[in-house]
Amino acid sequence: MNKVFPLAVLAFAILAFATLMLVIFPAAQIRTVEPAEGLEPYTAVEERGRQQYVDLGCYYCHSQQPRSPEQAPDLQRGWGRPTTPADYVYDDPHVLGTMRTGPDLMNVGARMPSQGWHLTHLYQPRAIEESSIMPAYPFLFEVKQNPDEDDVVVPVPAEYAPADGAKVVARQSALDLTAYLLSLDRTYPAKDKELRDLGFDGGDAR
Amino acid sequence: MSLTIGTMMALSFVVSLIGLAFLIWAVASKQFRVDQSDAEVIFSGAEGEDHAPDDPTSFGFQEDAEPGEGTDTRHRKLIFALIGFGTFWLVLGSIFGVIASLKLHLPDWLTGSAPLSFGRMRTMHLNSVIYGWLSLAGIGVAMFLVPRLFKTPLRGVNLAWGGLVLWNIGVAVGVYAIATGWTDGMEWLEIPWQVDILLAAGGACFAVPLVLTAVNRNVHHIYVTAWYYLGALVWFPVLFVIGNLPIHTGVQGATVNWWFAHNVLGLWLTPIGVGAAYYVLPKIIGKPIYSYRLSLLGFWALALFYSQVGMHHLIGGPVPTWVVTLSVVQSVMMFIPVIAVAVNQHVLWATNLWAFKQSLPLRFVAFGAVMYTLASFQGSMEAVRAVNTVTHFTHYTVAHAHLGAYAFVSLVLFGTVYYLMPILTGRLWPAPRLIALHFWLVAIGFGVYFFSLSIGGWLQGLAMLDASRDWLESMQLMQPYLEGRSVGGTLMTLGHLLFAINLLSLVFAPRRSTDAVGTATPATSAS
Repeated sequence: MNKVFPLAVLAFAILAFATLMLVIFPAAQIRTVEPAEGLEPYTAVEERGRQQYVDLGCYYCHSQQPRSPEQAPDLQRGWGRPTTPADYVYDDPHVLGTMRTGPDLMNVGARMPSQGWHLTHLYQPRAIEESSIMPAYPFLFEVKQNPDEDDVVVPVPAEYAPADGAKVVARQSALDLTAYLLSLDRTYPAKDKELRDLGFDGGDAR
Repeated sequence: MSLTIGTMMALSFVVSLIGLAFLIWAVASKQFRVDQSDAEVIFSGAEGEDHAPDDPTSFGFQEDAEPGEGTDTRHRKLIFALIGFGTFWLVLGSIFGVIASLKLHLPDWLTGSAPLSFGRMRTMHLNSVIYGWLSLAGIGVAMFLVPRLFKTPLRGVNLAWGGLVLWNIGVAVGVYAIATGWTDGMEWLEIPWQVDILLAAGGACFAVPLVLTAVNRNVHHIYVTAWYYLGALVWFPVLFVIGNLPIHTGVQGATVNWWFAHNVLGLWLTPIGVGAAYYVLPKIIGKPIYSYRLSLLGFWALALFYSQVGMHHLIGGPVPTWVVTLSVVQSVMMFIPVIAVAVNQHVLWATNLWAFKQSLPLRFVAFGAVMYTLASFQGSMEAVRAVNTVTHFTHYTVAHAHLGAYAFVSLVLFGTVYYLMPILTGRLWPAPRLIALHFWLVAIGFGVYFFSLSIGGWLQGLAMLDASRDWLESMQLMQPYLEGRSVGGTLMTLGHLLFAINLLSLVFAPRRSTDAVGTATPATSAS
């Protein structure tokens, strides 16, 4: 290897081939799917909440991709059926996640449909599950002595409530984030069931 | 659809096989003209004769060596600045890392504001150490090694200075953006693409001088280290641009995301580490690598196989089966280049243990080289579906990432910096004992870190797969292992502070007087 140019060209060609295989072909196959029937675009509020979810880094601890029953007991845990690309058409950026420091959230809106539950949990997760290691997000809330009429007051258990009897009120950011979490519901039937990793399903996996 | 899948798989295999066949043909017919004697181009003496071990800290300055040979003052300061700023990002990034680690077992600590939350601290840690520390220090090492390998001064030093400024501003703005919640929202690609333009421009300012230097070289043969550097200079810009294009959405975004994230390790950080080790190991010991021809296989097989991994991060996910399987297969194929590199590097230092005992820089680099082998073997195994089912979504993956990016690349860079600084500046490290202390702090710290998360992560994965156990158990059982991670991470961070102190101490160390060439007393090894 005594020449710079051939080395660089071959190195480039190999990466170009990899780009074809792992970027272009999958894009051609996935980006053409239609949204699943039952999947709604996010509303403006939900989209703002989704932005909160992304910039607070929720997806570093929570996945959004239940596995198939053949591989793992995700369905039994109530996390939902295995997902396909048609379930993610409106997701930009994707938040599939790679960790389950916390549980999968693909269907948390269906599993936990209460706004109050989510607000309390965001304000202080340990008020709901003592052993939780999820961070508390008090900065999404404010403490008010006399909440206004249209304020959403968070039902915080006495142990974690402000000492002087003041109320915890959700800021708009907390309401947005909660709206997004409540929108996570992929309980409608799966579309394009073949278009996912079937490597664990045995038999005719392709 | 099965037709598409079958065609693509077949195409990939055929092309890979043709590539391998081309490689074997090229080697057999000497197209690449790689000979064991070429392995000796890095030594100053004649071919085949014994070369003096080269590590001023342990063996004193070589008699004929001038301080900073082949570098002028601006160039020397450039290298020092690259490594210095890299070290700044290392220390800062480590502090972010420790804070993030503590937060996983002290969830009510520092919850007052969003920039301090786990999701942002963790991300600031990753981007500081990848784009700040590893990239800048790696480029600093390349700026030192490339002119030496090509026996010609670095071209375009001013341009490289511009690169240093742009790159640092890019990382600083990027990390600040993440702190304030402005993010592209994909792992390893969080820095907003608008800010990434700064990094791309800075990267080009680094690449042009290195390429010009290579083109104007005064040696016939290109040494293996430079293959890796030239390869990385081609690969990283392509990856970086494709990954950052703001067009990827939905599941397709996830495929690009993991292709990019894994290839940053394989085609950017790995060449930085392997390239440096290929130079420093033989140079310190004074003997060439075991089989120079084998290094050719190691290089091209890395390019072929590593470029197609990444989708194994989406095993069991909503992506087509064929693309996952392709990445799993290529991950396993990585055994080939890794074994090639392992044979070359480990046989060399393992048959010269005297040098390993005496030279602290060698100890760092050899340790890092071994970690490359282990990280890659582990990675290949982890990509196999049966193993991945357990380790996916757990802290086991985090341990693996640190085995590669930290124990391998960072350790090699530490050792290379300890090796090159005395040569560059003509100054000996004032306190070699602190170098030894640095080594033990990061080695023990990393051990605690790695075994905590690996054991904990495996148990976490088993618990998650067991339908009879509540999911909460998989979280609760991690508690002691997460605490162990904080202990290990703190030790590593203390080591990094020592590294920064050592670098600073060199500024105040006396310069070797030129009339005493050859009489400098070797510093005692402080092991």
